[in-house]
Amino acid sequence: MIDQGPLIPRNREMHPLAYYPDYKTSVARSPNLPLLSMESGPSEETGPTFGHERLGALDNNLILNWSKGAAPAIGERILMHGHVLDENARPVRNTLVEIWQANAGGRYRHKKDGYLAPLDPNFGGCGRTLTDENGYYQFLTIRPGAYPWPNRGNDWRPMHIHVSVYGHSFGQRLITQMYFEGDPLIDRCPIAATIRNRSQLDRLVAPLDMAFSRPLDFLAYKFDIVLRGRRQTMFENKLEGM
Amino acid sequence: MVQPLNYLAETPSQTAGPYVHIGLMPTYAGNPGSYQEEIGVSPISGEVQGTVIEIVGSVYDGTGWALRDAMIESWQPDAAGRFPGQDGADPAVSGLCRFGADAVTGEFSLRTVKPGPVPSRYGKPFAPHISLWIVARGINIGLQTRIYFEDEDNSEDPLLARIEQRPRVDTLIAKKIGENRYRFDIRLQGAGETVFLDI
Ligand SMILES: [Fe+3]
Repeated sequence: MIDQGPLIPRNREMHPLAYYPDYKTSVARSPNLPLLSMESGPSEETGPTFGHERLGALDNNLILNWSKGAAPAIGERILMHGHVLDENARPVRNTLVEIWQANAGGRYRHKKDGYLAPLDPNFGGCGRTLTDENGYYQFLTIRPGAYPWPNRGNDWRPMHIHVSVYGHSFGQRLITQMYFEGDPLIDRCPIAATIRNRSQLDRLVAPLDMAFSRPLDFLAYKFDIVLRGRRQTMFENKLEGM
Repeated sequence: MVQPLNYLAETPSQTAGPYVHIGLMPTYAGNPGSYQEEIGVSPISGEVQGTVIEIVGSVYDGTGWALRDAMIESWQPDAAGRFPGQDGADPAVSGLCRFGADAVTGEFSLRTVKPGPVPSRYGKPFAPHISLWIVARGINIGLQTRIYFEDEDNSEDPLLARIEQRPRVDTLIAKKIGENRYRFDIRLQGAGETVFLDI
């Protein structure tokens, strides 16, 4: 029932501008011509499903997953948690949430990242999990460091975790980034600034959540995610044409 | 005053950045062993019904340079147009593939089964097509498009019919380059810009 009917059209004003010259790479990678808008069909209203059997027990624990539990990663221990909902405020159950991030020094485990900060032998930098019946998910990880990047003369990325979500249909697909409350680099970041609507940018800034912090162990940050919803009326045109 | 509309706004997108493969294709990123089983390694497995095809191509930026750092996801039905989970769908088709360009040549390759037509709400079915979603550094919200095939009848496809500038239809059509082999290039910007979708 929840997964029937066309997707609610995307409100592009809630999203970043494709072309934003302060983010230099966007200049040659943003389409010049308008997108072709159309109501969703089966290709957008269906999507992959993922079973628990494919996930490993440590997949959502970035402190331990790279070393297979042998030794913890270095850094400030945090719990990242929240709900995945749709625009109708319904939980998105059993959906895949994937994250990747730099280590505590701001370095990615990637051949193209040559930042001065060292690799942590016990930190890989990716994790994944499925939401539960309430759309809830959790990751245990370390707080990533800020890092410099070649853009304008002296640009630094605020501390952030990259987040990828499927929802239940390919048209709900979303990749975003979680920022951390109080980071002064957010307001200086041209990538964050591609989102022109301030209240929308604020939705990417996770608050410190002491209620979920565990004494003498980790701090918590809450990050809720909203995906596109669906319209259901008694007046939908039936799928036809086969 | 009026009653409130209690909808939530969609979370805004942010670029996948240069290191997207660490998270979504760890072996491709040089980090094999991150997961026991990676997701989207192949859209087909085992004895698949229909014709297995290969599609090659590149993603070009506005200067004509082939991107080396894009990640593409494809989503499609089986040879009869049934998506995974639908009644009678071919169990050998998972439908999802994640792929990137070769670091030297900038060329990607997608090996899959040729999809069948799928129903629409427009009276005519959609001609066989594969949905694509492209993310990369410099792409602030993932770009959606579709691969259609030049050896299929695309004349009544409801999406292609919506493209006003008829020469642009060609940007969504894979060209046959051999037996069960096709080429599909994606141009993010400028001359021959691919039709991107807002669906
Ligand atoms: Fe990053």
